[in-house]
Amino acid sequence: MAAIAEGLRRVLELDRELWHIVALSLEVSLSAVLIATALGLPLGALLAVKRFPGRRTLIVLLNALMGLPPVVVGLLIYLLLSRAGPLGPLGLLFTPGAMIIAQSVLVLPIIAALSRQALEDAWREYEEQLRSLGARELAAGLTLLWDARFSLVTAVLAGLGRAAAEVGAVMIVGGNIDGVTRVMTTAIALETSKGDLPLALGLGFVLIALVLAFNAAAQLVKETAERRFG
Amino acid sequence: MAASILPLALEEVGYAPRGQTLIDGVSLEIGAGPSTIILGANGAGKSVLMRLMHGLLAPSTGRVRWNEPDAASLRRRQAMVFQRPVMLRRSALANVIYALKLANIPAGERESQALAALDEVGLRHLAHRPARVLSGGEQQRLALARAWALHPEVLFLDEPTANLDPAAAREIETVIKAFDAAGTKIVMATHNLGQARRVGDEVIYLQAGRVMERATIESFFARPATAEAAAFVKGELPWV
Repeated sequence: MAAIAEGLRRVLELDRELWHIVALSLEVSLSAVLIATALGLPLGALLAVKRFPGRRTLIVLLNALMGLPPVVVGLLIYLLLSRAGPLGPLGLLFTPGAMIIAQSVLVLPIIAALSRQALEDAWREYEEQLRSLGARELAAGLTLLWDARFSLVTAVLAGLGRAAAEVGAVMIVGGNIDGVTRVMTTAIALETSKGDLPLALGLGFVLIALVLAFNAAAQLVKETAERRFG
Repeated sequence: MAASILPLALEEVGYAPRGQTLIDGVSLEIGAGPSTIILGANGAGKSVLMRLMHGLLAPSTGRVRWNEPDAASLRRRQAMVFQRPVMLRRSALANVIYALKLANIPAGERESQALAALDEVGLRHLAHRPARVLSGGEQQRLALARAWALHPEVLFLDEPTANLDPAAAREIETVIKAFDAAGTKIVMATHNLGQARRVGDEVIYLQAGRVMERATIESFFARPATAEAAAFVKGELPWV
C-alpha cells in the first residue's frame, strides 16, 4: 500500500512532464484507433456480406493477426521506415507518426476481425429482409454498419485497449525519446529498468485509470443508446 | 403502369440443398385475383416454396418465371413479410422510408408515402417510436406497412401471425384483407386452418415438398381430394 501511495504522489509531482507523456499516449493510440477503425469497419462489413473466393482464408488470417506480437510489428515497421528502408526518405522513424503507423497495423486486424464477427451475426438476421427489399451489397453493408453500431463499439474498444497497453511496437519505432516519443508504457518500462518502482507503479495506475474511464464512458453511451433504440 | 408481373409460373421446381430434397418437382401457375393460401404442416416446405417464388432462393432444378424479365423491376413490384419481422434500429417511420429509398422513390416523396402506409396499418401515432421497442404485433404491422408502402402487385406472407396472440393476429388479418381489397395479390403460407378460411380464396396444400392438392377454400375444406389433406383438415397429424 505504501508503495502505491508513494507512486501516486510521485506521479502527481511530475505534473508537466507527466501530462506531456499522457497526452502523447492518447494522441498516438487514439489516432491509431481512428485509422484502424476507418479501414477495419469497412473491411469487416465486406467480409460479412460479400461472398468471394479466398474469403475464408482471409478471415482465418485476420483472426490470426489479432495475436500479432507488438515487437514483431515494431520491427517490421522499423525496417520499412529506417533510413535504408523503402519508406526511409519520409524520415518518420523515431517520431510519433511512426508510432501511430505501428499501432494502426497492430489494431487493424482486431477491429476488422471483431467487427466482421458482429456484422456477420447481424447479417444472418437481416439478410432475407434486406434482399427482399432489394438492397445490394453496398447498401446492405452500410445498413449493417449503422444498425450494429452498438456492437461495433466493443470492437473499437478492444482495439483501443490493445493500442494503449502495448509497449513493444512504440518502443522500437519511437525509441522512447524523452519529450518526443515517450509514452506511458515506454516510461513504465524505463522506470522499472531504472529501479524506480514506485514511479513505474504510479504511471501504471494512471494508464489503467484512463483505459477504465474510456471503457466506462463507452459502455454508458452504448447502454443508453440501446435502451433508446432497442 | 406496365403489364402485370403475374402470372408467376413454377416449372418442375425442385430445391435440394446438400442433397436433401425440400421441394420436389412443383409446377404451379399463380395468377392475379384470388388470395392464395399455401397450407401444410411444419416442415412441409411452405417457407422454402415462398422463398423460391420471391427469389430469395434459387431452384436446384426447374424454373421460376414471372411475366417481367427485368430483375430490378420485378424486385420492386413484389414484397414479402416474414414470420419474424426484422426491424432496423431506427424509428418506425424511418424503417418504411428505408424501403422507399431502396426502391428509388424520390427523397421528397418518401416521408408522405411512408406516413400514408403507417396510417393504413394504424401505426401513425407510433411513427417516431424506435421500431425495435414496439410490441410483436406492432412490429408485424410495421412490416406490413413497409411492404405496403411500395404498393406491390404481389405480397408474400410467411406465417405472419405465428408468433402473435389471437387479438394481434386478427389485426394483421384485417390489414391483409384490406391489401387484398385494394388489388394486391396475396400469397400466404400458414398452418392455421381458421386463418386460411378467413383470409384465403384458394388453397395449395403442400406435404413433404410436393403439391398434393389445389382447390378453392370451400371445396378444400368440404371435400379434400387427397387422404393427406383430409387428415390435415381434420386436425390429424399425417405421420401418426
